[in-house]
Amino acid sequence: MSITELAKEPMVLTDPMLPTWFRVQSVRRETHDTFTLELAGPNDGGEFSFAPGQFNMLYAFGVGEVPISISGNPVTTDPLVHTIRAVGAVTRAMQKLKRGDLIGVRGPFGSAWPVMDAVGRDVVIVTGGIGLAPLRPAFYHILAHRNDYNRVVLLYGARTRDDILYRDELKQWRGELDLEVEVTVDSSVGRWRGNVGVVTKLIPRAGFDPENTTALICGPEVMMRFTIQDLLNRGVEKKNVYVSMERNMKCAVGFCGHCQFGSKFICRDGPVFRFSDIEDIFGIREL
Amino acid sequence: MSSCDTKRPSRVIDRNALDDLLGTLRSRGYTVIGPRICDQAIVYDEIQTTDDLPVGWTDEQDAGSYRLKKRGDDALFGYVLGPHSWKKYLFPSAQRLWQVTRDGEDISLSPEGGEEVNRAFIAVRACELHAMAIQAKVFIGSEFVDPTYHVRSKNAFTLAVNCGQAGKTCFCASMNTGPRVDGGFDLALTEVLDGARHEFLVEVGSEIGAEVLGTVDSREARLEDQHTVDDIVANTVAQMGRSVDTADIGDLLKRNHANAKWDEIAERCLSCANCTMVCPTCFCSTVEDVTDLSGNHAERWRRWDSCFTMDFSYIAGGQVRSSTKSRYRQWMTHKLGTWHDQFGASGCVGCGRCITWCPVAIDITEEVAAIRRTEVEDATEPLKRGA
Repeated sequence: MSITELAKEPMVLTDPMLPTWFRVQSVRRETHDTFTLELAGPNDGGEFSFAPGQFNMLYAFGVGEVPISISGNPVTTDPLVHTIRAVGAVTRAMQKLKRGDLIGVRGPFGSAWPVMDAVGRDVVIVTGGIGLAPLRPAFYHILAHRNDYNRVVLLYGARTRDDILYRDELKQWRGELDLEVEVTVDSSVGRWRGNVGVVTKLIPRAGFDPENTTALICGPEVMMRFTIQDLLNRGVEKKNVYVSMERNMKCAVGFCGHCQFGSKFICRDGPVFRFSDIEDIFGIREL
Repeated sequence: MSSCDTKRPSRVIDRNALDDLLGTLRSRGYTVIGPRICDQAIVYDEIQTTDDLPVGWTDEQDAGSYRLKKRGDDALFGYVLGPHSWKKYLFPSAQRLWQVTRDGEDISLSPEGGEEVNRAFIAVRACELHAMAIQAKVFIGSEFVDPTYHVRSKNAFTLAVNCGQAGKTCFCASMNTGPRVDGGFDLALTEVLDGARHEFLVEVGSEIGAEVLGTVDSREARLEDQHTVDDIVANTVAQMGRSVDTADIGDLLKRNHANAKWDEIAERCLSCANCTMVCPTCFCSTVEDVTDLSGNHAERWRRWDSCFTMDFSYIAGGQVRSSTKSRYRQWMTHKLGTWHDQFGASGCVGCGRCITWCPVAIDITEEVAAIRRTEVEDATEPLKRGA
């Protein structure tokens, strides 16, 4: 099809690169380098609907824009919640935001955790570090529809005790009688008497039926690689394993090319992928 | 626009009529853009008359080499391709996306409306028509539409030209994108220079093309004129300097990600990004956010980017593709392989610009052949611990 033919097709011309302005309701410190922003939408109501696993592009005035997964409750979407690690110029600027400040939001973008496909099954969530943030909406969804799922397991690994994200919620979830929540730290310094070691160490003793399990994984790629291997070793099928991938992104809509991952665009085809769809390329270095 | 695509020249015009035709386009509000010589290269820029075209000039190209040369005749289109492509106009190298001003509690965002400049593109080659259609799929072919690209493309008038000669770096025939234009144009010319005869056989590709053609003197094409086009195009095909064996090419590259050839290419590749700048389909961009000194006025700009830069794949913790090897592999595998998965066609049209303008003469056709020659059976690594 020629360029003019394509251009003559009827299309909705809302510019996907234009942000909407949200107001900061609160900035909460989570750990020494992570914080959570609660944002109110332009119409005071929020009404920002998203699927667990999707992300937004957040813009700090004059500094820049970064992709950040949505970490709030998809069932009650007001306010819009993002947990962010301050690692670069843009995220450090966001760390300094105060209640009432404006922030640009584009989204939501990308694919979602398969919370509907997992109905009637065991759900095993394995996360590391800030990887818990993009999985929290899926966990909220499962909690809100607890009877739709069988066993629910959350395995979380942090670097140290002080890096544990959402500590109060983890304690609360761990207190529920129908949830299995385990936390481990890579290295124990000081007052920690819990699990020590990488998160994959928790997999062999977690209670789930591998043949009837949907696994949701988010963390550093090396952590995801070992987690997948251990889940497969226990008998979970590749097609029931899901991972959330991260790449550089400038647009989130397939224009900028930065998030190419083999034949996938992380922004449009991901960030959540069924492992069996990417297993051929998942382990390739520098792809 | 393909409704009256006859694939046959129906009319014949001379150079005066072609000048009249350019005049018609201008009087209809088009900015007329065509090839002209600047800094010893044929580039695309605004033109007024056929005198602005590279009359009597041709280009000699080879890997890492481009020279203009006198032809010894008055051919208007007797060259192949220069470093520019039409993406310069449809997807500008620097473009403001929006600006925003804040004043206390208020914030006002001004989108760029998209300039309503209608451009007539003169002397668009077959490979370039394909390149435009391929790039359009990126910006206006999915659920997300780039409105500025849409505005630029929807009113473009394309006057195509069948190539009367091929360069040493051309390989459109093997990519099935030329040298004969096969649609996606408003008018298509074939230049005939035979002794004293200097005419242009015209194919009509759209209603607006027919209208524009109708405003200038022309004569009906004869059967032998149609054969002339076939002969000229066949001659161009015979001159084609390079070729790519496209059989199974996507899978070939994907399963050869560990081929040692990539290391050899990386030893030569400067990672300079020239190939991506001259490529008519490369679409990667970055954004720049700037403010004025008050800090209350900010702008967001989009600029061409390249998968060859170190920053391109940066995420917290470092670059995904820190080696030159991985960046060249990404570019070539995407261009010839994964592009098919994403957009249903190759990202390469065989124009040869990346070969000509590579400062160290890396030749994509040769590298494909090298990968094919050295293919290792077990190049794919299954997922394994510690990989």
